[in-house]
Amino acid sequence: MTALDTTNGTLSQGFRTQQIADRAFRGLTFLCAVIVLLTLGAILVALAWGSLPAFRAFHFDFFTRSVWNPVTVQFGAVAAIYGTLTTSAIAILIGVPVSFGIALFLSELAPLWLRRPIGTAIELLAAVPSIIYGMWGLFVFAPFFARHYQPWMSAHLGPIPVIGQLFQGPPLGIGIFTAGLILAIMIVPFISSVIRDVFQTVPAVMRESAYSIGCSTWEVVWNILLPYTRTSIIGAIMLGLGRALGETMAVTFVIGNAHKISASLFTPGATISSTIANEFTEAVGDVYYSSLIALGLTLFIVTMTVLTLAKLMLLRLELRLRG
Amino acid sequence: MGITRYRWRRILNGFFLSTSVIATLLGLAVLFSILTTVLTHGIPALTPDLFTKMTPPPGNSGGLLNAIVGSLIITGIGIAVGAPIGVLAGTFLAEFGRGKWLTDATRFISDVLLSAPSILIGLFVFTVAVKPVQHFSAWAGALTLAIIAIPVILRTTDDMLRLVPNDLREAGAALGAPQWKIVVKISYRSVRAGIVTGILLALARISGETAPLLFTALNNQFWSSNVNAPMANLPVVIFQFAMSPYDDWQRLAWAGALLTTAAILGLSVLARILLFSPKERPQ
Repeated sequence: MTALDTTNGTLSQGFRTQQIADRAFRGLTFLCAVIVLLTLGAILVALAWGSLPAFRAFHFDFFTRSVWNPVTVQFGAVAAIYGTLTTSAIAILIGVPVSFGIALFLSELAPLWLRRPIGTAIELLAAVPSIIYGMWGLFVFAPFFARHYQPWMSAHLGPIPVIGQLFQGPPLGIGIFTAGLILAIMIVPFISSVIRDVFQTVPAVMRESAYSIGCSTWEVVWNILLPYTRTSIIGAIMLGLGRALGETMAVTFVIGNAHKISASLFTPGATISSTIANEFTEAVGDVYYSSLIALGLTLFIVTMTVLTLAKLMLLRLELRLRG
Repeated sequence: MGITRYRWRRILNGFFLSTSVIATLLGLAVLFSILTTVLTHGIPALTPDLFTKMTPPPGNSGGLLNAIVGSLIITGIGIAVGAPIGVLAGTFLAEFGRGKWLTDATRFISDVLLSAPSILIGLFVFTVAVKPVQHFSAWAGALTLAIIAIPVILRTTDDMLRLVPNDLREAGAALGAPQWKIVVKISYRSVRAGIVTGILLALARISGETAPLLFTALNNQFWSSNVNAPMANLPVVIFQFAMSPYDDWQRLAWAGALLTTAAILGLSVLARILLFSPKERPQ
């Protein structure tokens, strides 16, 4: 009978201990979730705090001037923003069709036994670290590109009015265009794996009805799969764009790091992230530091907007995948 | 007329399908090229000195011992801090917080953090953990890597735990098990492989991170086991040496690149094998 004594018996004591353990465990997991929740806000606050001296010195001019001169302590973000946007645009223009092709191959064309190994190989491209892409880009791809393709592009695309300007200039190998190409390679595995997953959510009956009325594979993809998955695919592209905007090491290796805006894509440039990576440890003086952090804040706001939009567009897909 | 339209459709189909095959071949070719580059430059540089000597001054030969050890220490602390937080936060989302706004918000924020540029996380840690104390440190580097690892681990833990059938939890509850025991002894146990996979993927992700270490752990040419001071680490050494004009340094950079790539691809493949082995699949 003593075991059932509710005041100080062993049973109730064991029960109490378990209750405390329960509360402690739940509290601990809650605390960790809150830490994650607050991290993003903390990053925003820290970056905003750090960029105050720069904004105090340059006000809104920071976003309208392209000068970047540590000697005279004059800083403007335009050249870096231009580099970031141009390289990312090149990456999207080239990376999206390639990703789409790979996703199409993996989900519609490849024989079943080939899908796993090739899919894994493409996903391994995403695991290769940024710095390896940088070394490969600088020592292998850039010389190859300068020798075989750049002269051809200058000769054949250069004379075209208006857009020809983009492809003129010495075949250095490094520069904005090369950086965009490397970024394209780096975002392909992310975009293609999402598109492949999206294609697989299309009900088989839709595909089969299209085939049964005589559609070709391409017509099924273009008229059935694409319209059905449009929002998610745009989300996937935005996800890739988010990656491209913030990519650092690979770009730092191949872009040439020059703070100027020129008409040609073959000339060296700089992006926000490459500027920070290159100059941060060498920066002297509060305003210089703070200007680099202000560049980081700009990048943060742009990528967060893009990524949030991407997540919202992919929400429906997630709900469908998670059931 | 009917024939030409039919032919046109066939040509269009053939064109796009072959483009798709070419795109895939292109992707595979790039992977192949990267791997062969790293192997052909890296293997000749693999010498016993690599693992026994310190990073040399310009123009001298040496090894990467301090960088290898430094990387192991920094990533080790990073994952040791990041893994518990990631797993516990994921546990909250999947086990305790179902249907709460906090859960949805945390999941969303974590997913955004997952794709956030790592350089910004480095800048963040610089402003909160380096600038106030006026010196770079291995701690700061490890903290950066932990923040990068957490969303990866959180996401896999959350996804995996949600695959655990509720019947299992209810069976535990029916036996009178307290909630923490249900989570630890039933939920965790049934998706152990999945959670370990998440940690391995996070480890692979942070092992190659370079940019955020540039302004947190910095670098150190000498042996250092003091986590409160700048510490050598492979990615930053690779970056510095690869961009240098010295042959010896460049050789070491390729050796480091080979080590890093091998470790990361090895971890990624291991994680995949673990996840897809039929015995360990949940349900």
